[in-house]
Amino acid sequence: MNKINLIISREYLTRVKKKSFIVMTILGPILFAAMMVVPAWLASMEDTNIKNIAVIDGSGIFINKIPDTDYIKFEYVQNQNLKKIKANFSELNYYAVLQVLPSITYEPSAVHLYSEKQPSFSVKSHISNAMEKELKNKKLRAHGIDDEVLRSIKSDVSIRTIQWTEDGEAKESSTEVAIIVGYASGFLIYFFIFLFGAQVMRGVLEEKTSRIVEIIVSSVRPFQLMMGKIIGIALVGLTQFLLWTILTFALITGAKTIFFPELGTQNAQEVVVQDIMEKEIMPQSEQIPTQDLDKVASIFNSIKTIDFGVMFGSFIFFFLGGFLLYGSLFAAVGSAVDNETDTQQFMLPITIPLILGIFVMMNAVQSPDSPVAFWFSIIPFTSPIVMMVRIPFGVPYWELALSMSLLVITFIGTTWLAGKIYRTGILMYGKKVNYAELWKWIRYKS
Amino acid sequence: MALLQVKNIEKKFINHIALDDVNVNIPDNSIYGLLGPNGAGKTTLIRIINRITAPDKGEILLKGRPLQPEDVNIIGYLPEERGLYRKMKVGEQALYLARLKGLSKRDALKKLKYWFDKFEIQAWWEKKVEELSKGMAQKVQFITTILHEPELLIFDEPFSGFDPINAKMLKEEILELKKKGATIIFSTHNMESVEELCDHITLINNSKNLLEGHIDDIRKEYKSNIYEISFNGETEKFEKSLNPNYEIIDKKKVNGNNAVRVKLNHQTNDNELLSLIIPAVEIISFKEQIPSMNDIFIKVVNEHKN
Repeated sequence: MNKINLIISREYLTRVKKKSFIVMTILGPILFAAMMVVPAWLASMEDTNIKNIAVIDGSGIFINKIPDTDYIKFEYVQNQNLKKIKANFSELNYYAVLQVLPSITYEPSAVHLYSEKQPSFSVKSHISNAMEKELKNKKLRAHGIDDEVLRSIKSDVSIRTIQWTEDGEAKESSTEVAIIVGYASGFLIYFFIFLFGAQVMRGVLEEKTSRIVEIIVSSVRPFQLMMGKIIGIALVGLTQFLLWTILTFALITGAKTIFFPELGTQNAQEVVVQDIMEKEIMPQSEQIPTQDLDKVASIFNSIKTIDFGVMFGSFIFFFLGGFLLYGSLFAAVGSAVDNETDTQQFMLPITIPLILGIFVMMNAVQSPDSPVAFWFSIIPFTSPIVMMVRIPFGVPYWELALSMSLLVITFIGTTWLAGKIYRTGILMYGKKVNYAELWKWIRYKS
Repeated sequence: MALLQVKNIEKKFINHIALDDVNVNIPDNSIYGLLGPNGAGKTTLIRIINRITAPDKGEILLKGRPLQPEDVNIIGYLPEERGLYRKMKVGEQALYLARLKGLSKRDALKKLKYWFDKFEIQAWWEKKVEELSKGMAQKVQFITTILHEPELLIFDEPFSGFDPINAKMLKEEILELKKKGATIIFSTHNMESVEELCDHITLINNSKNLLEGHIDDIRKEYKSNIYEISFNGETEKFEKSLNPNYEIIDKKKVNGNNAVRVKLNHQTNDNELLSLIIPAVEIISFKEQIPSMNDIFIKVVNEHKN
């Protein structure tokens, strides 16, 4: 037992001390955090240049009706014609000229926006939104609906989903967040199995081609060497995952306080239904200015509603289970060949279930309780990936238990099988190996 | 007393028999030569002794009892195809291999210091193996093989990858280890080194061991009764002095002297031969031709081909 510990610690330490490991550990979270923070940050950024837009309204409907924003100002120039403005465009210092033709009421394309540069999307959508609203109101008024009614029917819908948990608690949840968390963890497992599985294979191949393997197996049993390597590398993977989680959370928290300082003061953490109820009775006028912020806060809230204890625990379990299952197969492949190019022919049976897992995962994210998602989250070869996607949506405990125990039984089986191939393969040189040959190795008596 | 007994070992692979009823007795504190052509089954036997592979039949006794898994700690093995982790530092690696053989970290460090000092390679401790030359790596490899002071050392073709300087060093160290009480198994087809080092041998061919015993006994057994005589004088006179009990195999001139090889039949002996030729010619040298291990090797292997 002492010897296998020595092997595990060598496999672990040589990899953790590598420069590439340290670089990956630092770069990973920065990338993750950037992926989550940058879009939010970009969205919060606005063009702060004041843009003056001249409006020539041939219809007369929109005069003084398009609201100014902080950075977009409208100037209504009825008595000027387009040609004249165009000639003096640079002196007039306009950002754009909006020309509305009289035919606007029945011809939607009767609006032109002239500018030197391509006008920004926010400007365009602000104008079209305002105009659509104005046109609609005008038509409604024409049908005898007065302004009072118009104001009162203004409505806004934003669905907040609340889950009733088994112990009767109600939690605010978010389908989007569940999708993101499920996706991320399923993908991470796929990625880790491939990345670190390939490391197992290369490690075995390295020992074989450098011919040190015969020296090692004269001190320890081949199975100990194989398991030591797989466990050592699994620990490297776990270390990387833990460091990534810690660093990513630290970075996101840091970014949150820098870019969205308001969130911290709002005490958005309370997510019980009472809080939501209270908000609903709150006077409407108070809620409007904080609406955008509310959305962000609600996302942060529902991230918190996902049971990270269960998520974390099952991630560790399914990562280790999946890794032991595939790692031993990778080790067997590494032992059977003489160089990395020969690994291709044996990689297919390993890659196919993993890729299948990814495809099913994409489907499971849409309908986590479909039969396909269910079966593939029970079958051990795909369960580590698919089950991780289903967990954020809530999975019955018996399914989880079934999936986990099948995974354990299967990895014991594959390591046993791989051990037999490995034992023969590591001492076999210069032989073109095929599946029939591998089958003979499996049937060898030790 | 035999340190290691190999009894009726049999090992089959898919398409051929590697070892067929092989019996070997390796005396304590001997240097034991395991001879045989390529593919004879030597490496398979060595792997079985090292518990890397298991035999299909038969047993291995160490000091009279069956070989146990822990016994690998008292065996030191230098395989024919050998290597080290290229990216690992020399010191770290030597320490790792020593600890895999059951040494404590403290003992291993102490012993490593002794050997690194002895070979004057302390400066390599922090170097990666890939930075070393082949000869340097061989020294490190040798140290890791013997560091745990094994009672049984197994060298498979030890001289094959070694340059002459390291080969000489290796020979000296092997003799030194024997002096300290170790038993050494030594697989090779380099017959010179067998004559130089081994005191017992076995010859394995086609998965069977064909002969076994002390090297002097084997040589006596394969003695051919040929004498080589060089002399001053006429060859005709020399020939006339012999009777039909003697047969001249060849005649040649060496450094201006005549050299003749004579085969004796069983009715006579070397003293009689001398008394016949002394009156005829002036003898410069007279010696019995003892077969080299190389001759015996070729002879035995060829005999068994048919």
